[in-house]
Amino acid sequence: MATNDKLIQVKDLKKYYRKGEIKALDGVTVDINRGDVMVVIGPSGSGKSTFLRSLNLLEIPTSGTILFEGVDITDNKVNLNLHRQKMGMVFQHFNLFPHKTIMENMILAPVEVKHVPKEEAKKKAMELLERVGLADRAETYPIQLSGGQKQRVAIVRALAMEPDVMLFDEPTSALDPEMVGEVLEVMKQLAKEGMTMVVVTHEMGFAREVGNRVLFMADGKLVEQGTPEEIFQNPQSPRLKDFLSKVL
Amino acid sequence: MLTPEGFQATWKYIDMFVNGLICTVSLSFFTVIFGFILALFLAVLRLSNWRPFKALGLDKNGHLRGEGIATTLSKFNPLSFLATCYVEVFRATPMLVQLFIIYYLVFSHISVPSFKLFGSIRFERFLPGVVALSLNSGAYLSEIIRSGIQSIDGGQTEAARSLGLTQAQNMRFIVLPQAIKNILPAIANEFVTIIKESSICYTIGVQEIMSAVTSIRGATYRIGEPLIVATLVYFCLTFPTSKIIAHFERKMSRGDKR
Repeated sequence: MATNDKLIQVKDLKKYYRKGEIKALDGVTVDINRGDVMVVIGPSGSGKSTFLRSLNLLEIPTSGTILFEGVDITDNKVNLNLHRQKMGMVFQHFNLFPHKTIMENMILAPVEVKHVPKEEAKKKAMELLERVGLADRAETYPIQLSGGQKQRVAIVRALAMEPDVMLFDEPTSALDPEMVGEVLEVMKQLAKEGMTMVVVTHEMGFAREVGNRVLFMADGKLVEQGTPEEIFQNPQSPRLKDFLSKVL
Repeated sequence: MLTPEGFQATWKYIDMFVNGLICTVSLSFFTVIFGFILALFLAVLRLSNWRPFKALGLDKNGHLRGEGIATTLSKFNPLSFLATCYVEVFRATPMLVQLFIIYYLVFSHISVPSFKLFGSIRFERFLPGVVALSLNSGAYLSEIIRSGIQSIDGGQTEAARSLGLTQAQNMRFIVLPQAIKNILPAIANEFVTIIKESSICYTIGVQEIMSAVTSIRGATYRIGEPLIVATLVYFCLTFPTSKIIAHFERKMSRGDKR
């Protein structure tokens, strides 16, 4: 399903803290094609999350450029809100809005940002909730849901904006083990439908099975990238070999 | 010494306490309203993102510069700076000093129409009192509001912004509704504080409860009994208020568990 149509082009992305004392990202260059399921792995503190959060500028990079659909979104003159709508994001801690029902969570952005009529947004939201088996929970509040259910809602909340790419920031790390499967299942389905996805995860099984490209990051640098086979069967760099020997 | 005769003598002037009570309640009521409006205004200024020198922080290509004087200056927000100065000055100086400055310095240049509010309150003294109390409580309330806004998990804002909501929409739909719910108890406690602090206004001749005490003292040469009565009146005013607040607090925390 992967194409050569470049959706996001990241060039020499750097994120320094304390005048460069800490280099969270140290020159990352990578292209993300439409239809890619790109899985980013690496030890903690390697800059995976910073990389992902830079893609929709939740983290403002120190230097480098990010072209999204041909537009340099690191340019301060660009209207970021327009571009963020097209990049769905799923967080480790779900970040559902606790004072709103599931349905209100789902339709807030479509109604307020895209000005979709409320009834239409509700209909769409209902379809999405049905897809993840939570239609009967539409009128409840996030606190009444389990972690896995919350994350499924968070995924479809992002999908309600009909994004061109979905960013996942360790979507299963805060879940109880028995709930990891249900969330991964939704993500797999999404990948099958051809959604472009960038996934930061510790789930190596998911990376192998669903990803078509795997990036290995360490110390803010992109150390190795390739297909899941290349990365997992035939790692080249010592850093990656060392990492895999610990996690597999 | 407290004597039954003393209380009898005090009782003759009960009208003064009633008028004093009306005055204290209206003083607190207007202070709460103006103080809250001022506080909202101050909190918005302090959290605003107006950076007039923003352009200094960008290089030719529109990217952020490294750290330096230009970057520091580009982050400077004069609105937030002024609001912070205001809050710090009013929190770091005594209420009595503020009241005297407002009454003797500021209002000596302003002519206020002299009439009786609600039949007994002298407006030309009442107004400076309300102004001074509002300016003071506005500073405290704005800190409460600001901390309430900042107490909301950053993930909420991140989620909202990642969905394409603007900063203003994020405030309106996500942050403020949650923040106000969290700070309601603190705001209500500030209201109780205002009721008590309003007693200071007797020093500029506002005829509230404490001024009733001094008047009765002058007429009867008794201080103990009027003070006891004043204490009871204040207690009856603030105790139910804080109980009502506690009730709503419990009700709201139950709402969290649903």
